[in-house]
Amino acid sequence: MIVEAGQLALTFVFALSLLLAVVPLLGSFTANQRLLLLAKPLAFGQFAFALVAMAALVYAFCNNDFTVINVAQNSSSTLPWYYQVTASFGSHEGSMLLWVLMLAFWTALVAQFSKALPLLLQGRILGILGLISAGFVAFSLFMSNPFLRSLPFFPVEGRDLNPLLQDFGMIMHPPMLYMGYVGFAVAFAFAIAALMSGRFDSVWARWVRPWALAAWLFLTLGIMLGSWWAYNELGWGGWWFWDPVENASFMPWLVGTALIHSLAVTEKRGTFKSWTVLLALAAFALSLVGAFLVRSGVLVSVHSFATDPGRGLYLLVFLLLVVGGSLLLYGRRMNSVRSQARYQLFSREMLLWGNNIFLLTACLIVFLGTLFPLFHKELGLGSISIGEPFFNQMFYYLSIPFALLLGLGPWVRWKQQQVMPLMRPLSLVAIAALAIALGVLSSMQSVQANLALLGMLLGAWVGISALAEVVLRLRQFGSIGKGITKLNASHYGMTLAHIGFAVLVIGVAMTKTYTTERDVRMLEGDTATVAGYEFTLTDVYDLNGANYGGQAAELDVRQNGQFVTHLHAEKRFYRIQRTVMTESAVHARLSRDLYVSLAEELPGGAWALRIQVKPFVRWIWLGGLLMALGALLALADKRYRRKTTTTDATVAGVADA
Amino acid sequence: MQPRRQKRLLAILVVIALLTGAVGAMLYALQQNIDLFYTPSQLIDGLGNDKVKPQIGQRLRIGGMVVVGSVKRDPNSLQVSFDLVDTGPLVHVTYKGILPDLFREGQGIVAQGTLVDATTIEANEVLAKHDEEYMPPEVAEAMKGIKHVPPSQLDASTNKPTQGSY
Repeated sequence: MIVEAGQLALTFVFALSLLLAVVPLLGSFTANQRLLLLAKPLAFGQFAFALVAMAALVYAFCNNDFTVINVAQNSSSTLPWYYQVTASFGSHEGSMLLWVLMLAFWTALVAQFSKALPLLLQGRILGILGLISAGFVAFSLFMSNPFLRSLPFFPVEGRDLNPLLQDFGMIMHPPMLYMGYVGFAVAFAFAIAALMSGRFDSVWARWVRPWALAAWLFLTLGIMLGSWWAYNELGWGGWWFWDPVENASFMPWLVGTALIHSLAVTEKRGTFKSWTVLLALAAFALSLVGAFLVRSGVLVSVHSFATDPGRGLYLLVFLLLVVGGSLLLYGRRMNSVRSQARYQLFSREMLLWGNNIFLLTACLIVFLGTLFPLFHKELGLGSISIGEPFFNQMFYYLSIPFALLLGLGPWVRWKQQQVMPLMRPLSLVAIAALAIALGVLSSMQSVQANLALLGMLLGAWVGISALAEVVLRLRQFGSIGKGITKLNASHYGMTLAHIGFAVLVIGVAMTKTYTTERDVRMLEGDTATVAGYEFTLTDVYDLNGANYGGQAAELDVRQNGQFVTHLHAEKRFYRIQRTVMTESAVHARLSRDLYVSLAEELPGGAWALRIQVKPFVRWIWLGGLLMALGALLALADKRYRRKTTTTDATVAGVADA
Repeated sequence: MQPRRQKRLLAILVVIALLTGAVGAMLYALQQNIDLFYTPSQLIDGLGNDKVKPQIGQRLRIGGMVVVGSVKRDPNSLQVSFDLVDTGPLVHVTYKGILPDLFREGQGIVAQGTLVDATTIEANEVLAKHDEEYMPPEVAEAMKGIKHVPPSQLDASTNKPTQGSY
């Protein structure tokens, strides 16, 4: 019954999204206020029914209703309850419903928080979101229905959730990632609505900024959690594999990062308008490309869903419609938009332009590297794979100038900046960066001209420069104490996010350079020494879990004879899915991780183990977290919540035009 | 042309030139990092219509089924060797390190490594997907209708002849 209610709710969502797509847009063209006013309740209704549908699916999972195909294939009665809940979005069908729910949630948020917007714009934005939503709900309903039953014949036990997904990281990762992906639909809708009315100014940019920031915040968190999950769960201590699916989430992130920077220029200076709009369109288009890559099965990847050509075709057509339609509109409208503001070669505008160029080049690299094997194969040139070295090499070359410019950017003024006044503070920053980088490295490792040194230098340069800049700004208010409350939140947000980037760069460089990895063959009682840590295998015994068996190993770790920690690594065998999983043992500290995974049993009662010491690996996720926190701080800025936005914004808009 | 248009044209040309340069550089870097995929018979007989054989020392990927009974371990280290097959000849693979969880005899795997002699590959990475039924798609294509039937498709008839002879 409940499942049928969910099915019905999803049908209602479809009807409501169709209405939302038609009614307000019709109202906007016929100047009918009553139709425009309908947008808000329709958006709320859509969200309410999407929530009901999701709840029904979760109910089916928690009650082991194996007559539902989706439940039978992705859950089992032995699965712990919290994984039964997350299993509801572990499959293609369920995750599509989650996607729909997220989109409905964003739409409802826009409906709630856009009171300051003119009614016409409000109606158009919600209408476009309704249009996108209709496309996805139709996909969920007709191509991948999560509520399908297999009556009258149904299994008595489910096939269990993929053991890889039975992890805490997986509870949080998909919702965060989807919030990000779908969030860019809001920026997209704002861009299309503005294209329809032909009105772009700093007011428009101020309206879009918080939405783009929020989407970026979630996408950052989602990618970070995904990386953390891969590190914990795939068992071999990698945190980024340049896997097509990872790349699919990385591309919208890169363009989204470019977008939030370009929006800053459009808001403050009223320029870069057509560029910003193009980025807003591209960010969402790339989210759709990601959805297509993951769900169509064109690329082989660790986490792609089951393949179905029909679904791929639907998504491809949808993608082409969205991209084609929006580019057509863009081409027709954008040539009338002119940016008036003038700026010199050395100005913040130019530096942000440089930031955008680098981010888009990075996106292009990822795009080429991900899709090149596909084209190569389709052209009949044989199957190939693009190795990690390609991406690593290209990102290595890109990040050096990018980080150098990033340290410089916040210091430079809008419009025009003289070089001389910056010389003194920036050379001080450079000297401090050099001293800190050399100091830290020489205290921890030996100083060598390698990637770690470069990463340390760049990280210290960006981090110190960001801190020094914020101190300088605070001084401008008279004293630091006075300034702290006066400087706006978005400035703190920017500083924090830049520091996050610095932390990330240091983490990546240190881990890449100084990770020590050894595959060893051990008997009980054997000791292996890796990077100064002595790992002793004390015991290996059989496991007996709820839905898995396998072996576990106990290890003691000592450093210079001093006891450091006890490690517990498992090799699980999931009975229903008949899959082996390596549950690695991790001892995490800010400066290093000890990472042990139990591999295979060797002849003679010995075990193969992989032991790794990974310095600074935590910094990678810490950096991502700081970036997300920075975005959160920037979102808290007062100017996005000002009640009187409309009135003083119009004035600002006129002044800018 | 008006100076404004001229300026714009110049800017566009510069952007296009930069873009072509960047894409060219990327494609060049891409060329260096492409690993061609072979099945054991392609490795021995050559790839494509021209029967291009890989050169000794070339980096490549090979995918095939692990021959039952061919896995040999060194008792004192993690050195292991095994044979791969698809439809015809065998290819010998040596590897030092930990094999993936799902590595088993009779199972489809992909190995990345370098060719040391005509039929031997020294692998630096061995991949087996987290799925019992996994077979590299390229191998599945080459072996279409030969013998491997994934457990879940036991009832499906996969015995299509590869060549359409009546």
